[in-house]
Amino acid sequence: MRELTNAICARAKELLQSGAAGRVLGWAPGEFFYDPTPGVFSEGRLNELVYDGFTAANLSKYCIAESQKEGKVLVLLKPCDSYSLAQLVKEHRVKRENIYALGIPCEGKLDMRKARAKGVEGALSFREEDGQVVFETLYGEVRLAREELLLERCLCCRGREYAGVDETLEYALPELPKRDRFQKVAALEEQTAQERYAFWRGELSKCIRCNACRNVCPACSCVQCVFDNPQSGVAAKANSTEFEESLFHIIRAWHVAGRCTDCGECSRVCPQSIPLHLLNRKFIKDVNELYGEYQAGADPAARPPLVNYTPEDPEPSAVLERGRA
Amino acid sequence: MPLNTSAPAQTGEYRPLIVAFCCNWCSYAGADLAGSSRLTYPADVKIIRVPCSCRVNPLFVLKAFERGADGVILCGCHPGDCHYTTGNYYTRRRMTLLFSMLDYLGIERERTRVEWVSAAEGAKFSATMNDFARTIRALGENRKLRDLRCGN
Repeated sequence: MRELTNAICARAKELLQSGAAGRVLGWAPGEFFYDPTPGVFSEGRLNELVYDGFTAANLSKYCIAESQKEGKVLVLLKPCDSYSLAQLVKEHRVKRENIYALGIPCEGKLDMRKARAKGVEGALSFREEDGQVVFETLYGEVRLAREELLLERCLCCRGREYAGVDETLEYALPELPKRDRFQKVAALEEQTAQERYAFWRGELSKCIRCNACRNVCPACSCVQCVFDNPQSGVAAKANSTEFEESLFHIIRAWHVAGRCTDCGECSRVCPQSIPLHLLNRKFIKDVNELYGEYQAGADPAARPPLVNYTPEDPEPSAVLERGRA
Repeated sequence: MPLNTSAPAQTGEYRPLIVAFCCNWCSYAGADLAGSSRLTYPADVKIIRVPCSCRVNPLFVLKAFERGADGVILCGCHPGDCHYTTGNYYTRRRMTLLFSMLDYLGIERERTRVEWVSAAEGAKFSATMNDFARTIRALGENRKLRDLRCGN
């Protein structure tokens, strides 16, 4: 990983020196080794840039603010992140002329929660050794297979294609496992309504309305959110009713339906580990099945499914008629 | 405050609260025609007139459920006949996805419905509402999406 970080830094330095960009949007060390934070670097500070197994944050959303500033910013994008930026550019949320997008390779990011669940306690640092993650902890070394620690979204990696980047950095990395991303959604669809209700009640009632899912989402970029409106009748913070949890999450997923690139940030940042991506994926799955395959961010010219129609669209009763669960 | 004022406890009979969003140009006129043709539809159906079925924000539907609705039905012009040319095409996609999501969250899928009713279809309006009310009555009270404050 160190080698790759050096390669990224070297290329970033060249680009800064050539005048292609004035600063770099990347990942800076966080409070702990497992929470690198998005940061902006000048040429002199490039040596502080981090790129390792935990640099999962999608930097696309930060481009909204960064592109409004003077000068060009070089942004480092993993393949899946590049779709989010492409989608934001499509929606005119990012001034593309102020961005230089460098696609960087990714071999899947790690989930500290999975490590903790596997008994990693008091971790001080980590390193990667051929397919294994080695945690240095207060109680000695813990070795775990890398594949067991991958973030949910990386388990269903869409591949190494980039959308709308200016340049990609070539670097050979091992392939990621490719699973069907709709597996869990399909499994839920198979259940009875009562089981699904129980599942979602259990998950959504954990919600503390910290709004992290909303704030991190690259598609959720309204200047003022409907939930910030005191007149909306929805409390902006703690839920005043049980129903509000469902309402917030349905509407959150709804507002990004057709624009969500399935980057999985919502689930990653959820402090309560609610599988929020399952709501987004449900919309993606429905759109794919009913209106044809659509990947947000992939095609700058395609109309998003929810601001589009054909006279032959299925009727809403299609939902009713779908295999009785 | 319980909003379901149509649920008189005296008889002990369950009366659902059904919210019907009707577009101004077709379905609302269809309801009018049903009335002037002396066709009946249950008093449990509360009509909310909207300029176009496309005006219905998913939040409206969810809010209706939150405030005690047992069923929500959306009526608009037939696809292709929208007063604003294309409004109901968008409604169709939106409501399909929204209802599918509600179903995914475990809400009975029969509680939501979209019907296209033109201004000339008073009979269809009446028949649709009767049928929908019957379905909701059979399903019983909607407890899954209800605001607990409205309970008692």
